Amino acid sequence: MSRSDSPAPKGRPWAIWLPLVLFGALVALFLGGLLRPAQTEVASAMIGQPLPEFTLPPATQDRPGLATADFRKGEPRLLNVFASWCVPCAAEAPQLDEMKRAGVPIDGVAIRDRKEDIAKFLARYGNPFATIGKDDISEVQLGIGSSGVPETFVIDGNGVIRYQHIGPIMERDIGTILVELDNARQPL
Amino acid sequence: MTRVLVLFAVFAALFAQPVLAQDTMPPAPYAYRQLEDPAQEAEAQALMETLRCLKCQSQSIADSDASMAGDMRNQVRLRIKAGEDPEAIRTWLVDRYGEYVSYKPELTALTWPLFAAPLALLVIALLLVRRRFRRARTLPGGEG
Repeated sequence: MSRSDSPAPKGRPWAIWLPLVLFGALVALFLGGLLRPAQTEVASAMIGQPLPEFTLPPATQDRPGLATADFRKGEPRLLNVFASWCVPCAAEAPQLDEMKRAGVPIDGVAIRDRKEDIAKFLARYGNPFATIGKDDISEVQLGIGSSGVPETFVIDGNGVIRYQHIGPIMERDIGTILVELDNARQPL
Repeated sequence: MTRVLVLFAVFAALFAQPVLAQDTMPPAPYAYRQLEDPAQEAEAQALMETLRCLKCQSQSIADSDASMAGDMRNQVRLRIKAGEDPEAIRTWLVDRYGEYVSYKPELTALTWPLFAAPLALLVIALLLVRRRFRRARTLPGGEG
């Protein structure tokens, strides 16, 4: 049973540990993948790209609709994708109001929404929007790479998408967005 | 006070979303309607089965009933109807959402190891087996 009569394998005794080390590395890799919280947000790939061409009809009686040309007036603006049926949109309303009071122009795109529902929503949570476009088939949403409501985009004065905020704007996000608006004053 | 309210709203939203995050609008024209031309519909269907629904990320837009998936199907069918090439529509979506939106495996700078690894393993296995056989062949000679 002794191995002495077979030609002795050339010395690399550490090689016997190689499979175990490989196994350990795999376990570490899989554990890392399992324990890391899943990334479910899909960021837009349109940052740095111009807005697609669109013209949306007005969503309310008292605000005009929205078109790409409205974003080429030289001043950065916020484009807020929202809906009356979206609960986090109500949660971000006070923050949008706060930014409007700070002089930030905000335009809304109402996704798959009814005029009467939008009117009720704005009456209840406030209307920070300069214009509101009605997007019944998520045309603009798909066009700018937004995958949910609410999302907010910083658009510079030339109609180029500069920044995307996914989810409701909370108090802590306002600073970042104001900085991004300021950055958008510089040309790319 | 407002902060508490906002916190409560967000907390409530976590639970209420599946029920309340539903619009009451009718679906987009081509969300649930097939194209009139069966050949075009087949093209659209094949493409939709390889596009990811961004709301329910393990489903294709062909499988999903999320309203956004319906709007994506509407876009795909309208573009196919207008004579656009399916791969051009895929590119249009990838330009907006990144590679993640497509289920179709592509050979890119990021994914090439996935294609190369099986080949590399096969080569290593062949080399190992060859060495084993060589040793086995020389062994009887050495003893005899």
